[in-house]
Parts: sequence; structure tokens; C-alpha cells
Amino acid sequence: MISYAECSARERLARVLDAGSFHEWLPPAQRVTSPHLAQLGVPSSFDDGVAVGRATLDGAPVFVAAQEGGFMGGGVGEVHGAKLVGLLRRALRDRPAGVLLLAESGGVRLHEANAGLIAVSEVMRALLDARAAGVPVVVLVGGANGCFGGMGIVAACADRIVMSDVARLSMSGPEVIEASHGVEEFDSRDRALVWRTTGGKHRALAGDCDALIEDDVAAFRAAAIAQLGRPRPLAVDALEAEHALLAARLAHATADAYDFWREIGIGEPRAVPDMTAAEVEALHAALAGDA
Amino acid sequence: MQPGLETLSYDFAGTRPAGAFAPVLVGVVGSGNLEVMLEASGDDRCRVAVETSARGFADTWRAVLEDFHARHGFAGVRVSINDMGATPAVVGLRLEQAVAQMGATP
Repeated sequence: MISYAECSARERLARVLDAGSFHEWLPPAQRVTSPHLAQLGVPSSFDDGVAVGRATLDGAPVFVAAQEGGFMGGGVGEVHGAKLVGLLRRALRDRPAGVLLLAESGGVRLHEANAGLIAVSEVMRALLDARAAGVPVVVLVGGANGCFGGMGIVAACADRIVMSDVARLSMSGPEVIEASHGVEEFDSRDRALVWRTTGGKHRALAGDCDALIEDDVAAFRAAAIAQLGRPRPLAVDALEAEHALLAARLAHATADAYDFWREIGIGEPRAVPDMTAAEVEALHAALAGDA
Repeated sequence: MQPGLETLSYDFAGTRPAGAFAPVLVGVVGSGNLEVMLEASGDDRCRVAVETSARGFADTWRAVLEDFHARHGFAGVRVSINDMGATPAVVGLRLEQAVAQMGATP
């Protein structure tokens, strides 16, 4: 078993996709780097923190992007975002079997604030255009930096989300919430609190992700193959169902995920953090069956 | 150059032609880490370009890169580095990792 979280973006591409099938567009040797970072005295990266290209997954042609969390926390800058947009627009033209986003990002790269914000909004539009044209988009979340900010929204725009139990997915990150609302509201150093609020197990139980797996590159590959075959049509009734799910969640005015888990019918919520991914998936399926 | 970043370049005469090979990239530009890219240049030099956020270590870089060149003596290799304060030992290991991947499929 090889930890997905501990792999670099390029190691993930090598192990999730069919061996040797990844063909990169704008590879590092082309040096399409950030036009902003050097002016701020920050080193650039030859790929601006994201590798994009085409590959095969279980024989099916896919387009794929992998964000490198080690470079600026996976932050989306102008070039980084443009590479994601270009990939999705090319998918609209070439119609691969699907697009895989191996997301690991704190959101917009603050050094490139406005350009990064615009880039993320363009990624969302391009992603929804691809989905509307029938090209499914699957997001894999399993890096140590999680998937936050604008990339958290991008993930929520996709057909399917795969998470490991160490993955985190949310909008504002723990430090942001603490900085804006105080430590009484959210203690970002309380790792157990952070994970049961944003982590994979909570996302699975809340219905925010479609597959919860262990932190293993082979499990991510298997889940990506499975989810690629489960497109979610971008239609009004699906959007209304999503809105109903979110509206129902507002009724849970709970202070902690433990309370939320109890309210959705879990008898022993304190046992959840120690469960395996498969046990949480089974629990979620049992709850869905009761509903 | 730009404030904050230091750009360094080194040029060694090589004795071992590296020939043609696909570009190699190893490492990540993160705190205490660096990325190293090796490309074929087709000449008889081993040229190294470094961009680093840690200013004032040109002599240390020279020592690490001379040590690297003494081991391999490459001719026809372009080494490009983006550094965020890696220690000399980490730089040396990344260079060796890159060499190990030359000619291997990425």
C-alpha cells in the first residue's frame, strides 16, 4: 500500500493512471511559469504547481490535472488556473471519456490575488461547460493540504468526488475560520475537530462525497475508474435535489459534527473517527437505506 | 535582479557526453526543498542556473555543484533549479535523484 497523501502530484499521476500513459501538455521544460511570483521575491515552479495532460484510465481516454500541494499549498495562480481552464476547454472540444482532477489546494494563490480569483471562476465555468456537454468530471481529494477555498467550490461543481479518510474538503480553511471568528468558534489546532468537520468521513456521512477510501494510490485508481462510470447529469432536477439537501442541512443547527452524526441517526457518533473507510461507507449506506 | 530572489549561474566543462534524453524533473519548490530539471543541451558544457529565495549562498552553491560535477562530469546537460532554502545535503540528493531518472520513463 502506497500513501496517496505522501505522493507528489507527478507520483500520483504515474500510479493512478495506466502506467506510462500520461502525456503532458505544457511540460516543465516549456517553462510556462508565473509572471507574478518573481516580482514578489518568491521562486517559481517550472509547471506553476500543476501538471495537465491526457492519459488512459483502465483503457479509457481521459484528460487529467494534478495539483502539487507542496508548491504554495497548491494555490491557484494565473498560469496554474489557465492550465486547468485550457484542459477543460480542450475536453469540451475533444470529448474524452472524462476529466480527472487530482485536487490539492488551499484555493486562490494570494500572491496573485485577482488573477487567481478570476482563474478559479473560469475553471468553474469551463468545468460546468464540460459537464453540460456530457464529459464527466471526477475530483480526487487526498493530499495533505486538503481541498479548500476556490478549489473546494470547483470540487463541488464536479460530477463525483472521491476522498480518503485523511482528505479534507471545505470552503474556508480552519485557520481562516479561526482568524475571522475567533478560537472559540473554531480551534484550528484541534486536529480531531478539524478532521471531523472537513474530513472525508464527515463528507461521506453528509453526502458531500461519492466514495470514501483508504489513503492508498491503488484505492484512488479503483475509485476513479468506478466514479468515471457514474456521471451525474447537469439538469434542473439534480440541482433542485442538491438545494433540498443543503436546505435540510440548515435544520441541523449543531455545534459539532458529533451532534450532526447523532441527528442523522448514528447511535454512537464517538465511534466514527476510529472506523475504517469501509465501515463508514457501510454505515452511510445503511442510513441511506433507512431513509 | 528582482528583490528577494537571487539568480546564480555556473558553467563547467564536461567530459562525459550525456547524449539525448527526455527532460527530467524532480523535487518540489517548497520550504527547505527545491526542484531540479535536467535537459539535454547538445554542447560540451554542464550549465547550471539557480533561482533561490535564500540570498548570499553563492559560494555554497558553487561547492555543492562542483562536487556534483566532479562525480558525473556531464557534457551536454542543462541543469535548472528553483530553490526555496534547501540545505546543501538536500540539493545534493535531488541532483542525484535527477541523474538516477535520466533515461528512465517519467
